[in-house]
Amino acid sequence: MASNTGFRPSRRDLLGAAAAVSATALIGAPAIVRAEAKTLKIAKLLPRSGLFAAAGQSCHRGAVVTPKVLADYGYAVELMHIDFESNVDVARTQTERAIAEGAQCVTGAFESGATLAIAQVCEQRQIPFVIDIGSAPQLTEQGYKYLVRNFQTNPMLVENGLRQIKDLMAATKVSFESAVYVHANDTFGTLSRKAMDELFPKAGMPFPLKDSIAYDPKAQDLAVEVTKIRAIDPDLVMVTSRSSDAIKLVRDMVRQRFEPKAIVSPGSPGLYDEEFYQALGPLADFHLYNLPWANPKSEMTQALAAAFKQAHPKNRFEVDCFNAGFTFEGILIAADAFKRAGTADGPTLMEAVKATNIERHVMTGGPIRFDEKGQNNDITSAVVQSRHRTPTVVLPADVAVMVPVLPMPAWQGRS
Amino acid sequence: MLAIYLNVVVQGVLTGLLYGLMALGLSAIFGVVRVVNFAHGEFAVVAMYAAFVLFRVYGIDPMWAMLPIAVAFFVIGYALQHTVIDAFVGRPDHEQFILLVGLAIVITNGLLLVFGPDAQPANLPYAFDSVMVGPLIIDEVRVYAAVAALAVCAALFAFFRFTRTGTAIRACADNLVGAAVVGLNVRRLYALTFGLGLACVGAAGALMITIADAVPSLGPAYTLLAFTIVIVGGLGSMTGALVGGLLIGVSEALAGFLVAPSMKSMFSFALLIAVLVLRPQGLLGKKPA
Repeated sequence: MASNTGFRPSRRDLLGAAAAVSATALIGAPAIVRAEAKTLKIAKLLPRSGLFAAAGQSCHRGAVVTPKVLADYGYAVELMHIDFESNVDVARTQTERAIAEGAQCVTGAFESGATLAIAQVCEQRQIPFVIDIGSAPQLTEQGYKYLVRNFQTNPMLVENGLRQIKDLMAATKVSFESAVYVHANDTFGTLSRKAMDELFPKAGMPFPLKDSIAYDPKAQDLAVEVTKIRAIDPDLVMVTSRSSDAIKLVRDMVRQRFEPKAIVSPGSPGLYDEEFYQALGPLADFHLYNLPWANPKSEMTQALAAAFKQAHPKNRFEVDCFNAGFTFEGILIAADAFKRAGTADGPTLMEAVKATNIERHVMTGGPIRFDEKGQNNDITSAVVQSRHRTPTVVLPADVAVMVPVLPMPAWQGRS
Repeated sequence: MLAIYLNVVVQGVLTGLLYGLMALGLSAIFGVVRVVNFAHGEFAVVAMYAAFVLFRVYGIDPMWAMLPIAVAFFVIGYALQHTVIDAFVGRPDHEQFILLVGLAIVITNGLLLVFGPDAQPANLPYAFDSVMVGPLIIDEVRVYAAVAALAVCAALFAFFRFTRTGTAIRACADNLVGAAVVGLNVRRLYALTFGLGLACVGAAGALMITIADAVPSLGPAYTLLAFTIVIVGGLGSMTGALVGGLLIGVSEALAGFLVAPSMKSMFSFALLIAVLVLRPQGLLGKKPA
């Protein structure tokens, strides 16, 4: 006999309820797993192919050895290695995909345009994003809550770079009469140019900046650019480049027999990549770059270098240490926060990331800490010179391995 | 300062000759077969990789590798026209466009699969050498490449001017019906022309590797460059292609020097727009009847 006193579910109601429970479980499961995980799952986004492939691969080599080194320090991380093909749109979609596949934190991404795209996705999904290399100032100026940056901004890079040119002049007793600034017209290059335009007049440099020349990094050659530099005839050329265009620049300088006293990068890569050394041979020596560098006296740097050499016997840590070091530190920051937070829940993990205070790390500078905008202001730079195709710290004197050579020797007769 | 200006012009002329050779193939194919090769730049990039491989693996200098590459490209062009493109001759433009753009995509992705996306420099032993001519400093590689480009152009002009086959091809271009009526094998002549067009691209690509690194993604840029040149010079005019190449090469070099290097491409497009407005058939092109 049927009851007429209470609710009696039909088969359709039961099926509906079961479907609702299943859907809730499916939607909620990743979040629960995310929060309860014992190992932090980090999406490591890099431009491992395309225009920035050389640098992306260099970062990747650092990323590959990081979990093992961190494990020795008591951190547990699992990396999802993702190539965004030096393409901003791919960076955005790959970040979405990585988060959908369970990434609890994101680090990267070397190129500022792609880094901005990744930041937007992480902000929407409330997933912490640790920028390991990416210098566009706006990254930490747009009020993102799920982002920190363990890297110098373009103004910081240029300001430190200019200051160290003065240190270089004082150390070598070589003076410059005039300078030209040459830069790629990509995101990194144009932001550096903006910083240079603002900071050079304030820096009190003892020589004038005669001109700033932008070039297309995808250009087949830089012959016209070099002719333009040659017409100005500066004795210092400051460059903001990547390795592929730095090769073209030096190649055309040699062809046109243009010999400045120094080629200095006030805070950009390009002049020390393996690709640069291999393409130019002895012509790759004596260029200078003022950048944050791996601290050879740090115990953690030594551990990273040892693991790197074991995993990549064909690659040199000395060449990769800038990219590998910052890549390592990005993952270290996430792992350290996860260890303190005890959860991978996005908002809680982000709180822990913001409270970071790591004394023991790889790159030059003080403890890793972030200001209210998420910027680490304690990273310092060194003056590094390529010697025998190896980046060698030449200033400041307390960490220098060799003394700087200025003016650089003539192109002809190098071996 | 005058020497610097002269140097810029000389650089532009040398680069322009190479551009001209690349565009020559496109112009020859369109002038005779009336098919616009939208995969033109991609074929140039294939030739760059062929020269790169021959140099890296067998140590054959690209200046010499240019000859077998041109021959191979002639065969490929002949076969391609005979087997695939011939069916599209006379069909609507959009069908030809889709066919050749599809081919371009296949080539680019094939190169990506085989060589990866990274730039591959040939690193020739004389890549850094230059010669001084009075106050001018001229890159040796550019001089070699430009001389080789001129030689190929001269050979092609001589072929069309002085051989019976060349004359027959010109007859096809001038009056297709008349050529067919007098018994010329139009299909075979079209295939020969397509082969010759690709041989030009093959030679140009082999020479390009001496001044630029090979990258799969270069194809569309080269196609666009070749189009700009042939439209400026006159679509279908082989002399126009050479003149267009020189104009684009020199204008880019001067604009880069006098205005801003990063804006030099803008000036070639400005030149293109000016030609389209003032002389739509191109500088040396014939007015449509």
